[in-house]
Formats: sequence, structure tokens, C-alpha cells
Amino acid sequence: MENLLVAENIYKRFGNFTALNNVSIDIPRESIFGLLGPNGAGKTTLLRIINQITMPDEGRVYLEGKPLHPDDIAHIGYLPEERGLYKSMKVGEQALYLARLKGLSKAEAKERLNYWFKRLEIEGWWDKKIQELSKGMAQKVQFVITVLHRPKLLIFDEPFSGFDPVNANLIKDEILQLKEEGATILFSTHRMESVEELCDYIALIHKSNKLLDGKVSEIKKEYKSNTFEVGLDARDEAVLRRELEERFVLGPAKFKSINEDLKLTIKLKDNEPSNDLIQFLLSRARINHFVEVIPSVNDIFIKTVTQDA
Amino acid sequence: MRNLRLIIQREYLARVRNKTFIVMTFLSPLIFVGMILLIAYLSMLNSTDQKIIGIHDETGMFVEEFKDKEQVQYLDFSGESLEKARQDVLNNEYFGLIHIAEAEPGSSKPAHVQFFGKETPGFGTVENIEKTISDKLTREQLIAKGIDISEIDKARAKVSIDIQNFSGERSSKMSNYIKMFFGGAAGYLLMMFIIIYGNMVMRSVIEEKTNRIIEIIVSSVKPFQLLLGKVLGTSMAGVTQFTIWIILGAFLLFGISSFLGIDPFAAQTPAVAMMDGAMKPEINQLVIDILKLPYASLLSFFLIYFIGGYFLYSSIYAAIGAAVDSETDTQQFMFPIILPLVLGIYVGFFSVVENPHGTVSTIFSLIPLTSPIVMLMRIPFGVPWWEITISIAILIATNFGVLWLSAKIYRVGILMYGKKPSYKEIYKWLKY
Repeated sequence: MENLLVAENIYKRFGNFTALNNVSIDIPRESIFGLLGPNGAGKTTLLRIINQITMPDEGRVYLEGKPLHPDDIAHIGYLPEERGLYKSMKVGEQALYLARLKGLSKAEAKERLNYWFKRLEIEGWWDKKIQELSKGMAQKVQFVITVLHRPKLLIFDEPFSGFDPVNANLIKDEILQLKEEGATILFSTHRMESVEELCDYIALIHKSNKLLDGKVSEIKKEYKSNTFEVGLDARDEAVLRRELEERFVLGPAKFKSINEDLKLTIKLKDNEPSNDLIQFLLSRARINHFVEVIPSVNDIFIKTVTQDA
Repeated sequence: MRNLRLIIQREYLARVRNKTFIVMTFLSPLIFVGMILLIAYLSMLNSTDQKIIGIHDETGMFVEEFKDKEQVQYLDFSGESLEKARQDVLNNEYFGLIHIAEAEPGSSKPAHVQFFGKETPGFGTVENIEKTISDKLTREQLIAKGIDISEIDKARAKVSIDIQNFSGERSSKMSNYIKMFFGGAAGYLLMMFIIIYGNMVMRSVIEEKTNRIIEIIVSSVKPFQLLLGKVLGTSMAGVTQFTIWIILGAFLLFGISSFLGIDPFAAQTPAVAMMDGAMKPEINQLVIDILKLPYASLLSFFLIYFIGGYFLYSSIYAAIGAAVDSETDTQQFMFPIILPLVLGIYVGFFSVVENPHGTVSTIFSLIPLTSPIVMLMRIPFGVPWWEITISIAILIATNFGVLWLSAKIYRVGILMYGKKPSYKEIYKWLKY
């Protein structure tokens, strides 16, 4: 698969502080790429470099195989983490101004604004001043401004912060819709739930270094430990437990069930097929519950970060 | 270029639509004209107030010399005793009493003059009394020596004309005052404009920074473009305000003065006619001097130095705005901006007035931070072309340098939050 954006060996230092230390990412076309990391990891600095707001000390960024050029800003839409608009300017006027700075003609910008305002049901806001709107409302306006010039690459820095659940959902759906329409999306976050739902690819940055990146499904495969969660109905639970302990590594498990089962996590040896466990259990108990334990991105995140420390 | 135009347009409209801007633009000329009218009205009030001064003249020589005027009326108390006269003046609440006694024998003074009053009389009143008495005494003494007074009067008029011819236009005291006034006004105006509009640029930078809109904009345009657009847009707002002031001020002044029946230009003719002979040529000279000022060059140099000076200072203001998080943090950086401006004004009002082409004036009219003000004050006195050329060239070169440095500080500063900036920190930004 062809990559839309490639960042190669990026270094960025501010005085003695290294913000990015040899970070590389590849963003495949028409994917949603999540940039994860704790606060202060260097996510925003990387996004600023891709937006050409700051220049890297070393390393290069390529868009569609060509080194990034100042004119490429027309192909990028950026929603910064620290949102802001001119407080005393009217919503419509402001949106027009920012859209025209991105290279749209006045008529074009107006037409698209009307479309988006209708789509997000904010038509009545055109003549309002930003200071009259709530924070969430202003963020909607800002979202529209970011996507208005139909950029190939959309960059969202913490896109869901500040939204209530309803609007966060709305924005999430819009992001998925934009992907359907052919946009590539890069967003940074430290909220893992959104990653789980949205991202095809992730990269994890911690203390200026990239610790891990790749397709979410592959990373999960890599991090799973061949462990299963089971709920068993046996005549003699103590005997069963002893027998299991001889062959596998057991752990406690918590899940909701209508039966009063013996709940366990059972870890198999690497490469041992799950069928062996099922066969072993079949003759000894009734299996009410059998699920493979797949690590959440959150687990992977915490594991990687603490390992690194 | 397209983006620069958009930015200039937005900045201009943001300034011009601002409520305080509108209020100030239309209120300032009103306040200004109102002040002039108030002063005129108050001085009129003052002059209609007639004073009554009593005279107790023991010599009998001077009573006739004190002639009633519009503002002063003299009453003769010479028939009464001094005590009685003083009592009368006090009881009637007159302004005061002049007592003229015979000189004591052996004294060098020809007469002994006293003034009694509730309040200390003004400078003009005292001088008037002294002059009247001294004139009379001089005449008496001349007559006593057998000199024809009318011959002296004739001679005096001739001497006065000679002075006019001899001194020439350059060194005329009046014309120097006029040049000083015009130069000073231009320099002062420039300083006010730089401070007001420089502050506007700074506030607008801080606003964008605290609003955090800056990141969106610099992901579309280069910081330098934004800086340039901001400075240009704001300066255009300044020129707009200035133009409206001049037009509105002129309208108001003409409108009100014709409404009140005072024609500011026609008024000069009867005034000149009313002046006594000796004053008349000086008033004429004043009018000639005002007309003779090099308006075209004065105005064009004002514009050149205004643009040069404004650009220089507002790019510094913009850099300061980018370096801080809020307006309260700007204090420590304000001093180095205000200092050269105030220095320029001081040099202008003291050194230039004293010696427009002296070393101090010349040097300060070349240093770019003070040259706009000092040179503007010097220009009415006539500055050689090469000096002006050098001064403007230095100003333009410095402008490029400062704009370049400011853009560097600006570029880093606008994305720096939460750091209290110090001079050291800003120096570091220059090297990023």
C-alpha cells in the first residue's frame, strides 16, 4: 500500500531539550492513523513539523513521495489542540477568511460553508460572534474550517477534547465519513477508547522516542499472550482447578455471567492451539464462556510505557 | 501576495470596525474643537470683566495720562486724602489704587509710585502702569531739555522700519517660533501615532496568541506574511483615522466659526488694522512666514518619516507581543521603546530649538530610533539634502534589519506558551 505521508528520522531540539529523537512514521493512504503518547511526549511538535509550522533540525517529510513544499499546506487541514478563533469576529466572516487563506475563492468558500453549516445544523450561527458561542460550538465551527478545503491529509490534535458525548460522536462519524470520501487522517490523542474505535494504524511516542508503530490488528496479535477467559460448570471445582493447574497457568477472571461458574483466565504455551484447551475441558466440564483475551490499546500503551521506564 | 492582501484587509477592517476606534475617530476632533472654543470663550469672559482702578496723584502730572480702555477704567481720587481714597476704593470693591507721590528730595527716582489692592495685580497691569508713568516722565524730561517731542516720535517710527529691513527673513524671531511650532507639532504627532498604533499591533498579536488562532493561521501562511500584513493593515487604519481627523477638524472649525460669525482668516485684517503702527509689519511678517513654510516638502517628509518610524517601532512592538502571554507581561519591554521616543522629543524641544544644526541635533537626526522625530523638527529650519538622504537611508536599512530580527522572535514567540520571557530567552530565540 502506498503511503500518503512519510516522516523520516525527525529530530527536533529546543535548546537542551530534545522534543523528537529520530522519529519516523509512515501513513498509508485513506487510513486513520493514531499518534499516541502521554502528555509532553512530542506529539504536537511532530504535528507542527508536518504542518510546516516549525522546521525539523534533521530528517525529512514527504507528501506523496515528494519532499514537503510550502504550497502543500493547501492539501493539509490542521485542527490544533489549542483551539481558538477571533473572538470579536463573526463566525461566517471568520470562516471565509480562514478558508480563503487556504486558497479557496470567495464564492467556493461560501458554497462549501453553507453545505457544512447545514450538515452540522449550525446554519443560524453565521452572524454570531465567537464570544457568543460555547466552547463546544466554537469547536464545531473550527472543525468545519479544518475540513473545508477538502485536504488530502487531515490532522487533528486531540479532536475530541472539549466535546460533550453527543458532539464527540458526531465528530467521530464525520471523521469516518471523511475517510470514506478518500481523506487520510492523522490524529493525536491520549484517550485510548477513540483509538480502538477509529484507528487502522498507530504509532506510540514516549519521551521523544517512537516506541512502536504499525497496523492496530498486527500490534494486537503481537501483544496477545495466548490467554483465554473461561466460565466452567464442573461437578467438583477443586479437582478441576488442580488438574488445570498442572497443565496451564491460571489466573482470576472477572466477567458478567448468569451462571455461577468457575471463572478463570488460562494461559497456554506460545504456539499451543486453543483446541488443546477446549479438548481438555470438554471431558471435564460444561463450557459456558470461552473468549480469547486480546490486549486493548490501552493495555499495550501502559505496558510499553512502563517497560520503557 | 494574495494571502498578504487578505491579511491586510482583515487587519484593517478589524481595527476600523472596532468601537473604540470609531468613537475616537469621530470624537477627537469634536473634543479638540470644543477645547479651542472653550479656551476662546474663557479668554473672552476674562476680557469683558472691567477693572476699576483709582488714582491718587499728588503731583497732578499723570492723571491725564491714564486713559480708560475697554478693560480698565480709571477714577481720579487726587482731591481726597490718601487715607480717604484708600477707604473709598476698598468700600467700593474697586480693583486697586495707584498712589503717585512727589519724589523725596535727593532721591534718584523722579517719583514714588505705590499700588494698593486686595489681590496682587497681574503682570500686564503692573507693566502698563509703569510704562504710562515712565513714558510721561521721559517726555517731561525731554521737554525740559528743550527737545521737540514730535521730532522724536517721527524718528522712532523710522528706526522701527530700519530693523525690519536690516534683520532679514531668516533670523526673524517670529518665523523661528513658527518653524519651531510646526516642527514640534509634526514630531509630537509622530510620537503619539507610533505609541498608539504600535500598541495596537502589539495587542493584536497578543490577542491572536492568547486566542490560539495563531496556529491555524501559521499553518496557512508564513509568520512573516502575517507580521507584515498586520503592520501594514494597522498603519492603513492609522492613516484613515488621521485623514478623517483632518477633514472633520477643518469642517468643524470652519462650520462653527462661521456660525459664530468669526472668520478665522478675515478676522486678521481688522486685528492688524487695530494694532498700533509699530506692530503692524510684524503681523504681516507672521502671515508671510506661515505662507512661506515649505508645505510640500514638510508633508512629504512627514509621510516618509511617519512610515519609516512607524514600521520600525511597530515591528518591535509585534515582537514584544509575540514574546509575552498577556499584556501585563509587556511592561519590562516597554521602557526601551518609550525611551528613544521621549529622548527624541527632548532633543527636539531643547537642542533643536537652541541650535537646529548643532552636533547633538545632527547626530540624533541620523540615529534611526530618534531620527523620525528629530529630523521632522529640524526640517522647517532647512536641512541639507544630503543629510536628509543619509538619515532616510539609515532608517530604511535599520527597518529591514529590525523587521528581520522581529520576524525571528515573532516566529518562535507566537508558539511559546507559559514561559515568562526574559531578554536572555529572547536572545536564544534569535538563534533557533
